[in-house]
Amino acid sequence: MSATIEVKKLTKDFDHYRVIDDLSFAVNPGEIVGLLGPNGAGKTTLIHMLLGLLLPTSGQIHVFGMDMPRDRSKILQRANFSSAYVQMPFALTPLQNLEIVGRLYGVRKAREKARELLSLMQIEAMSDRPTRALSSGQLSRLNLAKSLINDPELLLLDEPTASMDPDIADQTRVILKKIQKEKNMTILYTSHNMKEVEAMADRILFLHKGFIVAEGSPKDLVSYFKEEDLEQVFLKIARGK
Amino acid sequence: MFSRIYAVLLRHLYLYPRSLSRVMEIFYWPVLDLLVWGFLTLYLMRHPGALSEWKAFLLGALILWDILFRAQQAISVSFLEEIWSRNLLNLFASPLSAFEFIGATMILSFFKFILAGAVTVVLAWFFYDFNIFRLGFWFIPLVFNLVVMAWTIGIVTTGIILLYGEKAEALAWGIVLFVQPFGAVFYPVSVLPKSLQYIAHAMPCSYVFEAMRDIFTRGTTDALTFAVPFLLNALYLWAALRFFKFMFRQAQIRGLLTKLGE
Repeated sequence: MSATIEVKKLTKDFDHYRVIDDLSFAVNPGEIVGLLGPNGAGKTTLIHMLLGLLLPTSGQIHVFGMDMPRDRSKILQRANFSSAYVQMPFALTPLQNLEIVGRLYGVRKAREKARELLSLMQIEAMSDRPTRALSSGQLSRLNLAKSLINDPELLLLDEPTASMDPDIADQTRVILKKIQKEKNMTILYTSHNMKEVEAMADRILFLHKGFIVAEGSPKDLVSYFKEEDLEQVFLKIARGK
Repeated sequence: MFSRIYAVLLRHLYLYPRSLSRVMEIFYWPVLDLLVWGFLTLYLMRHPGALSEWKAFLLGALILWDILFRAQQAISVSFLEEIWSRNLLNLFASPLSAFEFIGATMILSFFKFILAGAVTVVLAWFFYDFNIFRLGFWFIPLVFNLVVMAWTIGIVTTGIILLYGEKAEALAWGIVLFVQPFGAVFYPVSVLPKSLQYIAHAMPCSYVFEAMRDIFTRGTTDALTFAVPFLLNALYLWAALRFFKFMFRQAQIRGLLTKLGE
């Protein structure tokens, strides 16, 4: 079985600053991988390179066995992403926004699909109001709905539950897990919420200064570092202990 | 009290060296205004006979100029709107290619100038008894050349915004206005000093506006007049697309696309 994502000797420099340093890893189909690390570790840079928004300085990225960025359009047809730091046009309604995104991905019956996702994310009552009327938690759910519009085989999530209250965040995780299981979706996930990562991820990649400094299941990492939980492991690695 | 006034003053002064739009506000716009009105005055002084066709020259130029202006804005302002709404990553993390985006904004510019053009044409006819369709069949190649030139300027502007971000947003309105004093919009190229005439001849729109005045005066123009702007437009559009491709790649290498989008 070939990997959904295969990264080989990936390096990214900005001027004279190395953000990603000779990084290699693979993510298998149906796997949920948590990408952890302190601010500036290179997580978002890595996700942007996987999306073809950023070109590597050297190294290779293969997604679905195809080369990124050469086969960018074909890859992105089967993938999607959500970030807490990206928004959709506020003047449009959530329904219009999702329909537009659906059309970008060539989704058939994009409007119906948009309605279905708004209902799944429990924001259907806001469907026809301007997006600016949504609360920050609702906006995060809209972003997540956007990332599911094309039934992606690969989902890249950059802090998807940031701005959600614990209840909504929990409900969202349940929905995500359910969809992931049903569709055997591969998910690469960044979050600063360690409990969330512990609950979601099959495997964790700890990134620090562009390197992978630790890798394993949440349980394995906690026991390897002889800590109580993932949060303590995070602090230990981030502080270089 | 003075300290507080000074603080507010300082808040604005600090921005000037770093803000293109503020610098343009002080130097660029007044200079362009002076040039346009100055050359227009010279034209009227040197060619008093032009006054007989003045209504057609001025209103025709305004309507055609507006087509150029709207068509250019549709491209660069559409791109800015994606930055302002933080939607850029949603677009470029999808299968959409940069050229598909540009293609969509070109189509949008077509709708925009048709609508804006229709409004000005009807109002000019209603209020001033001026019919732009006196240009006859020539209207089509005139508008075509202006729109292609507008696309070129819009694509170049978008390329610059890609690299410099919102700092360069003033260019979305400003670059096209650079064309006005030198592009023979309201007066013929011959009014300009010799050195500026070279700039005018390098602009496809100068041939368009000269042809417009020719048609209003003689009722026709030489078809060969359009050969030069057609060729110039083809060359400039090709160069603009190459430039945009280069700038997009630079934005991907330097991570500017992601900074603009978040």
